[in-house]
Amino acid sequence: MPSDIVTGTGGGMRHFLYALKVQRRVVSALILREIVTRYGRSNIGFLWLFVEPMLFTLAVTALWTATRTVHGSDLPIVAFALTGYAAMLLWRSMPARCMGAVESNRSLLFHRQVRILDVYISRIVLEFAATSSSFVLLGITFWAFEWLLPPEDVLEVIGGWLLLAWFGMGLGLTLGGLSEKVDLIQKFWPPFSYLLFPLSGAAFIADALPPSARELVLWLPMLNCVEIIREGYFGTKMTAHYYLDYVLIFNLALTIAGLSLVRQIGMTSNTQ
Amino acid sequence: MIRLENVTKVYDSNAGPRTILNGVSLTVSPGERLGILGRNGAGKSTLVRVISGAEPLTSGHIERTMSVSWPLAFAGGFHGRLTGADNLRFICRIYGADYRDKIDFVKEFTELGSYLNEPVQIYSSGMRARLAFAISMTIDFDCYLIDEVMAVGDESFREKCQYELFEKRKDKAMVMVSHSRRYLEKTCSRFLLFRNGNTEEYETFDQAYHEYKAMLQDSPAST
Repeated sequence: MPSDIVTGTGGGMRHFLYALKVQRRVVSALILREIVTRYGRSNIGFLWLFVEPMLFTLAVTALWTATRTVHGSDLPIVAFALTGYAAMLLWRSMPARCMGAVESNRSLLFHRQVRILDVYISRIVLEFAATSSSFVLLGITFWAFEWLLPPEDVLEVIGGWLLLAWFGMGLGLTLGGLSEKVDLIQKFWPPFSYLLFPLSGAAFIADALPPSARELVLWLPMLNCVEIIREGYFGTKMTAHYYLDYVLIFNLALTIAGLSLVRQIGMTSNTQ
Repeated sequence: MIRLENVTKVYDSNAGPRTILNGVSLTVSPGERLGILGRNGAGKSTLVRVISGAEPLTSGHIERTMSVSWPLAFAGGFHGRLTGADNLRFICRIYGADYRDKIDFVKEFTELGSYLNEPVQIYSSGMRARLAFAISMTIDFDCYLIDEVMAVGDESFREKCQYELFEKRKDKAMVMVSHSRRYLEKTCSRFLLFRNGNTEEYETFDQAYHEYKAMLQDSPAST
């Protein structure tokens, strides 16, 4: 094991595989440490990971069902609320957790193998796991109560969900990296994300909009992803509008921007 | 062996870029014990972090062919909101060691008792030092980086460190930063003075200490 800790030996592929092994170790240790500090050991502990998003979705479903909010279609309301709100949680929670992530893990950066990127990855993975499992568990629970029907095309739902998660990751890395450079990002993002929320498809489908407005809001990648998720879910019952190639390019650009911003952190700042 | 070649570290500060390390070249061979003297705020801790590999370089190169501990210091290395035991678990995980084999040693060495299940942020500096030292002993490093922490312990802690580090691990290398004259003189085999972002090596401790004193008198600490 001692040789395990030595760096700078071995070459090429072997070195890369070893580095990958270390990174996997570090990320899983960071995830476990996040679970302990975020959810604690007491009460229902890390179950809170699922319960928290679940309560949100339940509350919104209840509210929308009670008020019969107009969402521009005759789609089943429970499934509509579930897909919309779960998707919103997915893309909003990652940036929220990525901003300030370095600060709360700064003391752990004393260990050589803990890299700033690992801190972000662990938080993104944890958010993805939490929001995805709450989506799936809630879907199954509602199905058991016969409040909704299962998706028509599960694979398309998964595809849209992963695409949205990728967007959330890119956004998390970008805003996380930016917030280390400019403190104000942390202040501006929450109100800005509230502005985006009504436009991002949680409460409407693109087909219900007039064509000109629709083309405008489809510049938002998250709306495109939600449309894909809903097309998979409701299939023939709705007409979906999205631009897959646009989302792919947007996600790729966002990821590259995010990774390079994260790489810049710590190069010139005093990590003490 | 650890070899630093022309290592430079520049931080951004409110007063513009600040050069902390200015072309440091240094070699630590297995079994050597380096003692580093220097003024407060001069950059000794930065140097130790750079050696550990946790700090990216502005320029220069570091080669490590032995395993190096993280800097055992008052700040850093532990997560304040995690308990002592959780921090042990975390460190074991990232170094690929099994936590269950180590907990008994840590319990016995640190004498922390039930404090081991309290968040590290409520620990005193002596308690942190004991925990840091015990955890680093559970992982087999070739070189230990010690930034001040040993000086705060009480007699029994020092005796235990003495035994663990200087008897059981006689062949290990060590880089040590301290203001405690007696401690450095007793434990180190090479003596370095940190001045103007660079290190100067002296044959004997007395020479190094003399220069250190002269430096403090020449220009009273301004940093």
